Amino acid sequence: MPSNKSVSDAPITQFINCRILRDHHLQREDLWVREGRILDPEKLFFDEKGYADERVDCEGSIIAPGFIDVQINGGYGIDFSQPSNDVSSGISLVAQKILEHGVTSFCPTLVTSPPSVYHKVLPQVKVHGGGRHGAGVLGFHLEGPFISLEKKGAHPEQYLRTFSSGGKDDLMETYGGLDNVAMVTLAPELPNSQSAVRELCQRGITVSLGHSVANLSQAEEAVQAGASFITHLFNAMLPFHHRDPGIVGLLTSDQIPPGRMVYYGMIADGIHTNPAALRIAHRAHPSGLVLVTDAITAMGLPPGRHTLGQQVVEIQGLHAYVAGLTDVFLVLGTTTLCGSIATMDMCVRHFKQASGCSVEEALEGASLHPAQLLGISHKKGNLDYGSDADLVLLDDALNVKATYISGEEVWRRGA
Amino acid sequence: MRLVILDDYAQSSEWAAKYICNRIIQFNPSEDRYFTLGLPTGSTPYGCYQKLIQYHRSGDLSFKYVKTFNMDEYVGLPRSHPQSYHSYMWNNFFKHIDINPANAHILDGNADDLEEECQKYEEKIQEAGGIQLFVGGIGPDGHIAFNEPGSSLVSRTRVKTLAKDTIMANARFFDNDLSKVPTMALTVGVGTVMDAKEVLILITGAHKALALSRAIEEGVNHMWTVSAFQQHPTTTFVCDEDATLELRVKTVKYFKGTRTPDTMRDTVECLLQIHKTHVDRLGELP
Repeated sequence: MPSNKSVSDAPITQFINCRILRDHHLQREDLWVREGRILDPEKLFFDEKGYADERVDCEGSIIAPGFIDVQINGGYGIDFSQPSNDVSSGISLVAQKILEHGVTSFCPTLVTSPPSVYHKVLPQVKVHGGGRHGAGVLGFHLEGPFISLEKKGAHPEQYLRTFSSGGKDDLMETYGGLDNVAMVTLAPELPNSQSAVRELCQRGITVSLGHSVANLSQAEEAVQAGASFITHLFNAMLPFHHRDPGIVGLLTSDQIPPGRMVYYGMIADGIHTNPAALRIAHRAHPSGLVLVTDAITAMGLPPGRHTLGQQVVEIQGLHAYVAGLTDVFLVLGTTTLCGSIATMDMCVRHFKQASGCSVEEALEGASLHPAQLLGISHKKGNLDYGSDADLVLLDDALNVKATYISGEEVWRRGA
Repeated sequence: MRLVILDDYAQSSEWAAKYICNRIIQFNPSEDRYFTLGLPTGSTPYGCYQKLIQYHRSGDLSFKYVKTFNMDEYVGLPRSHPQSYHSYMWNNFFKHIDINPANAHILDGNADDLEEECQKYEEKIQEAGGIQLFVGGIGPDGHIAFNEPGSSLVSRTRVKTLAKDTIMANARFFDNDLSKVPTMALTVGVGTVMDAKEVLILITGAHKALALSRAIEEGVNHMWTVSAFQQHPTTTFVCDEDATLELRVKTVKYFKGTRTPDTMRDTVECLLQIHKTHVDRLGELP
């Protein structure tokens, strides 16, 4: 048919034979893409008298928005917290590999490190879009060092810090700069944390509460000052108590400012959280659930010993433990959990199975909710007209069949 | 007039869809010779559209060389509103078939100059060589398109104010809030539809029974504008049993087939006859 498109001559791709996630439902609809964004086919038909140039037969697949991982420390032998002169290539390698898990955007995460590491690593990586080269980088997630000693988890004790200079100055002194930082995890009970929270929020950086012994009031104050996320709920915080629910209580707190929402990260790898606890959290606050992998350097690697920041960890199956300081401790060592080696698509499947939630909810936990958390849902995390065409094609069991970024195929199973 | 009576909505939708499908195929449209089709909206033709889509999907019917002209559209309703007739046609028909978007014509109820828009629409129909087959429905008040009671029977495409009956009937699509229902529409005229070579009117449901009886058993009357088609050489009314409830028994028996020399012939035989001459391709029952 003769072309008559008036808005743009760019080729139009129509994904057919698919079910797309739109308006919180999987619908049998075609998906139209032009110039890397989702296109409104009705407008195309009536306004431009246009039609598709290319049709992609999805053979009945589910099309979901590409997954967004806001907490990933490394993988495939790469540890983002290891200071090196070429952090970019490590991040690029992981960015490429995670396309296989349906992840199209992520926040490379740095665990508690000395200032020298932040000063060296942060300037090397800028926020940038994804493509064939790999998933897009949304900015760093700095998990620490302003966290609680009692809840340091696998973080190295000697590099923990407090807001001794009042807050703002501590941030700049420790990190060196805050450009290209998307999120900071801190413990709000640390004195002067409020001013740090405000400073970060003012810069558009998401503030997350974690590795903390804060009680509910302290957590609520932090939320009122701008905090909006909880880092790996239940892990590295005080357990829920019926007279002081602690950070966990934020899920049902009535002190959240109107119009704001608290999101919470869950590592749904079957290990970090008992499925019953996962269900309690999900049922209490379903729209705030954000799936994260918290993947470490060993993700994607065979069992054995690997580094995580300044420490050494041991892999057995899907379990990764902090090894003792000497080489004598092999399999046993400690039993402190330290990140996971699950992949994002595994987390989506496991979350759906453990919580009994719908396919739509499981998919939104890995796409829509992280996008909303980071304030980028106007272009990512959904298949609305105008959003970036970052897509993941899945079969009914939610295994990844293909991944697209800006409408371009960047990974296909079996290719 | 031909009056084809089927058992229920599903059958009448299928009959009508087969009729349209076969008309297009028999016409054998090509790049130099398009088939022009007039189209309605609403709940009545929905089943028919579903069937046409099915025939397209199975490879039996292409709309590549078909031009369509819808009957009407609301004035002042944003085109993207889910109740606009543009939305209806896109969701229920156009997006499932292979029609060239440039050949799908619907009146623009948001045009700056509504009268000019109506004038241009008449011209587009002329340029397309007139309408081969105009498909329509009727309202409970016997109107065709938005030619409300009192419309001239020789009217052309124009702006019309909607009757209270029509607004009330449409309220169910606007949260039952009468204030949200559009009060004006652009519509093809009775005369415009009369110009078509052939007219196919779909009428289903007991609530249309009175209108059908007034339209075909009484005189030509501008209060029941569908009655104008008594004066069209080739009009077919397709209806279900419920729509015949207000007709005289004599009328129904006549059209169900007691007209043939062999008075023992039953309804099915008669309908098979109509099928063979008008609906089946290659003389086979699909």
